[in-house]
Amino acid sequence: MAESPFKADIERVQKEYSEKMTPGAIVYIPGSSVINKTGSWRVFMPEFNREKCTRCYLCYIYCPEPSIYIDEEGYPVFDYDYCKGCGICANECPVDAIVMVRETK
Amino acid sequence: MEYKPIRKVVSGNYAAAYAALHSRVQVVAAYPITPQTSIIEKIAEFIANGETDIQYVPVESEHSAMAACIGASATGARAFTATSAQGLALMHEMLHWASGARLPIVMVDVNRAMAPPWSVWDDQTDSLAQRDTGWMQFYAENNQEVYDGVIMAFKVAETVNLPAMVIESAFILSHTYDVVEMIPQELVDEFLPPRKPLYDLADFEREPFSVGSLATPADYYEFRYKIQKAMEEAKKVIKEVGREFGERFGRDYSQMIETYRTDDADFVFMGMGSLMGTVKQAVDILRQEGYKVGAAKVRWFRPFPKEELYELAKNVDGIAVLDRNYSFGMEGILFTEAKGALYNTDAKPLMKNYIVGLGGRDFTVNDVRKIAENMNAVIEKGELDVEVDWYHLKR
Amino acid sequence: MEIPEQVKKKLTLPAEEYFYAGHTACQGCGAALGLRYVLKAYGRKTIFAIPACCSTIIAGAWPYNTLGANLFQTAFETTGAVLGGIEAALKARGIKVKGEDGVMIVGWAGDGGTADIGLQALSGFLERGHDALYIMYDNEAYMNTGIQRSSSTPYGAWTTNTPGGKRHFLEKRHKKKVIDIVIAHDIPYAATASVAYPEDFIRKLKTAQKTPGPSFIQLFAPCPTGWRSPTDKSIEIARLAVQTAYFPLFEYKEGKYRINMPNPKKEPKPIEEFLKLQGRFKYMTKEDIETLQGWVLREWEKLKKLAEVFG
Repeated sequence: MAESPFKADIERVQKEYSEKMTPGAIVYIPGSSVINKTGSWRVFMPEFNREKCTRCYLCYIYCPEPSIYIDEEGYPVFDYDYCKGCGICANECPVDAIVMVRETK
Repeated sequence: MEYKPIRKVVSGNYAAAYAALHSRVQVVAAYPITPQTSIIEKIAEFIANGETDIQYVPVESEHSAMAACIGASATGARAFTATSAQGLALMHEMLHWASGARLPIVMVDVNRAMAPPWSVWDDQTDSLAQRDTGWMQFYAENNQEVYDGVIMAFKVAETVNLPAMVIESAFILSHTYDVVEMIPQELVDEFLPPRKPLYDLADFEREPFSVGSLATPADYYEFRYKIQKAMEEAKKVIKEVGREFGERFGRDYSQMIETYRTDDADFVFMGMGSLMGTVKQAVDILRQEGYKVGAAKVRWFRPFPKEELYELAKNVDGIAVLDRNYSFGMEGILFTEAKGALYNTDAKPLMKNYIVGLGGRDFTVNDVRKIAENMNAVIEKGELDVEVDWYHLKR
Repeated sequence: MEIPEQVKKKLTLPAEEYFYAGHTACQGCGAALGLRYVLKAYGRKTIFAIPACCSTIIAGAWPYNTLGANLFQTAFETTGAVLGGIEAALKARGIKVKGEDGVMIVGWAGDGGTADIGLQALSGFLERGHDALYIMYDNEAYMNTGIQRSSSTPYGAWTTNTPGGKRHFLEKRHKKKVIDIVIAHDIPYAATASVAYPEDFIRKLKTAQKTPGPSFIQLFAPCPTGWRSPTDKSIEIARLAVQTAYFPLFEYKEGKYRINMPNPKKEPKPIEEFLKLQGRFKYMTKEDIETLQGWVLREWEKLKKLAEVFG
C-alpha cells in the first residue's frame, strides 16, 4: 500500500495537540489514535494469497484493530502500519488464503 | 423590571430548594439523608405541583447522585444535588471527578457531624474534609445566604467551569424558619442566563470527542495547573458576581471575608457559617461593654481569600479562630488555613484556636463573651496560654 | 478506508467504521472487536460512558481517541448512574433518545465494573427504567489491573489472585449469572452475545435501539492475555463457549426467553473443547472439569426450560 489513509489525521494530531491542552482533558480530534503505528508490535504477519481468497470478508469482520480494508475488487487489503499480527484473520479464513509468517524486518 | 423581593418564611432547606428552582436547574439527582432530605422533598413537590420540569433522578446512593449529576452536567444540563455528612463522604471520589471533568455542578451540603458515634447535628468536618476535591465552598450564615448562595454559586461555577458547594448548618439553618427575600424569576433569569457548557456530550455537530482520558505523567500536571488557575480566576469572579448581586438585589457579597465592626478592632473572631450570626450579635454587646472587637466571617473557604485575610490581619492584634470542626492530629481546619495563609506576610497577629460546637453543641453569645475575655487576656500578656482550646470540654 | 459499494451489499455487517486503528488493546482483544461492532451498529450519534476497565485505555490515552462517537470516561462503579444522568439531561433538553434518529446512550463496562463494583449502580439504572443500553463485555476477570478474579470468573480458572500452586488455590466459585440478576429487574430487553457471532450481536444492538427503556447485553469477549490463550484463537474460543453451552446465546424480551444458538438442535460439545485452548484452565483436575461440566449442563437445562415455559 502506498500512502496511509490517515496521513492527514496524523498531521493534524501532531500539529494541534502540540499547541493546545484543553481544560478537562478533552480529546477533540476523533481517531487521533492513528498516530500510534501499532504495526511495530507485530511478530507474525499475515501473508495473503489472492488466488485462494473467496471474498467472504470474515477476515475483515473479525479484525479487532481494524487494519483490514476491502479493495475495489472485493479483496482484503492489510494495513501493516496498524496490524498487530494477532492472527485471527488467518485462523478464521475458511480457505487458508491467509497464513502467518514470522516478521522479517 | 424593578426589583421587589418576594418575602417568604422558609427553612434553610426550603430556601435552598427555592434557589434551585429559581436557578432553573434541569436535573436533580439525590438521595435522602437527614438533615438534607427536605431540600429534595421540596423539589419533588415543585415537580408534583407542575411548577417545574426538572428531571428528578431518585438514585440509589449519594455516590450515584454525584455520578448522575456528572453525567447530566457533561450533557449540558444545569445539575443540582444536596447531601450531608455520610452522604458527602460517600460522594468523595466523584467530587474529584466533577472538578477534574470541569463540570459546574452546584450542591448544598447541610453540615452534619460524622459518625460514629451517630450524630445528625451541626459540624463542619464533613465539608472541610472535601477541601482538596477542587470544589468551591461557600458557607452560609443564615437562610437568606443559603438562597443567595445557590444562585450566585451557579453563576460563578459556570463562569470558571468548576463545581461549587453551598454549605448550611444542620437544624440551626436547615430546619429553622426565617424570612427570606426571594427574587422574582425574571430577575434571576437576567442575573443567571442559561448555561454555556465547555463541552456537551449531546453535541453531534462538532467532531466526536472524549473527556477524561488517561493522562500520562507528561500531561497530568498541566491539567491540575489549569484547575488551580480556574480557582484563582474564581476569586475575581466571586467578587464581581457578589458585587453585581448587591447592585441588583441589595445584598452585597463582594467580600469573600465579610468583616463586621473590624475597623478599629483590637482583635476579631473569625469563623464560618451560622455560628457567625451569634458572634455578630455578641460583638454588638461586647462593644457596648467596651471591648474593641469585630467579626470576620469567611464566606468562601475555597478558593481561600488569602489577600482579604492579610488586609484584615495586618490591622489587628489578635484573631480568635472559631472552628466547628477538627483535623485529628492537628487543630481546627480554618485555623491551620489562616495561619498558613499569613506565614509569608508581615501580618503577625496573635492567633488562637477555639474548638466550638462540635456535633451541634450549643454555641451562644455567652460563649463568645467568655472567649473574648480569654482572648483579651492572651493579647494583654502577649503570649498564648494554649494554642488550641477545646473550649466546651467537660472538665 | 471506504468499503466499495458492491461489497457493502454483500457484507453482513454495517460497512461504516467508527472505530479507529492505533488503539492499544492487546493482540486478539475481544473487547476491542466488540467495541468496533457497537460503533458499527450505532455510529456517530452515540454517547458512550466507559468506566475504569481495559476500554479506558483502548479508547485512548490523552490526546488519543479511537472512537468516532462522544465519550465520557467515568469512575469504576458509576456506569449505570452516569447513564441515568445523561438520559435525564437529554430529556430535560428535549433531545430524542433511541429509535432511528435519536441519540443512543451506551454504557460499556467490563465484568468487574458490572458484576462487582458497579452492580449497585447497574441495579439502580435498570430499576429506574432509564432509556439507555448497558453492555457488559465479559472477559471474566479484572484484566486491566493484571488478571485478578472477578465474580464473573469461572470455576477452576487461574488468575493472578487464584494462582493454583501447591494448595490448588484456583477460583472456587461458579461464574455469577449477572444476566439473571438483570432479568430479575424485569427490564424490556436483556440478551447475551458473543464476538464470534457479530451478526447476532448487531441484531441485538438494533433491538435494544428500538426497545424503549433500559436494555442490557452481556457480551462474551475473550482476552488472550488473561486467558493465556493464543491471540489467533479468540474467535474460536468464543465460538466454543457457545457451542459447549458454557455461554449460551439467548435473549429476554418483554417477559419471553428465546435461545439464539447457531445450531439449536445440536447437543452441547464437551466443555474440554473450550477449556483446552486456554492456559488459565490448565491446573484443573479431572474432578474440577466434571464440576464445571455439571454446572454448565445444569444451567443450560435451566435456560432451555425457561425458553420452553416462557418462550
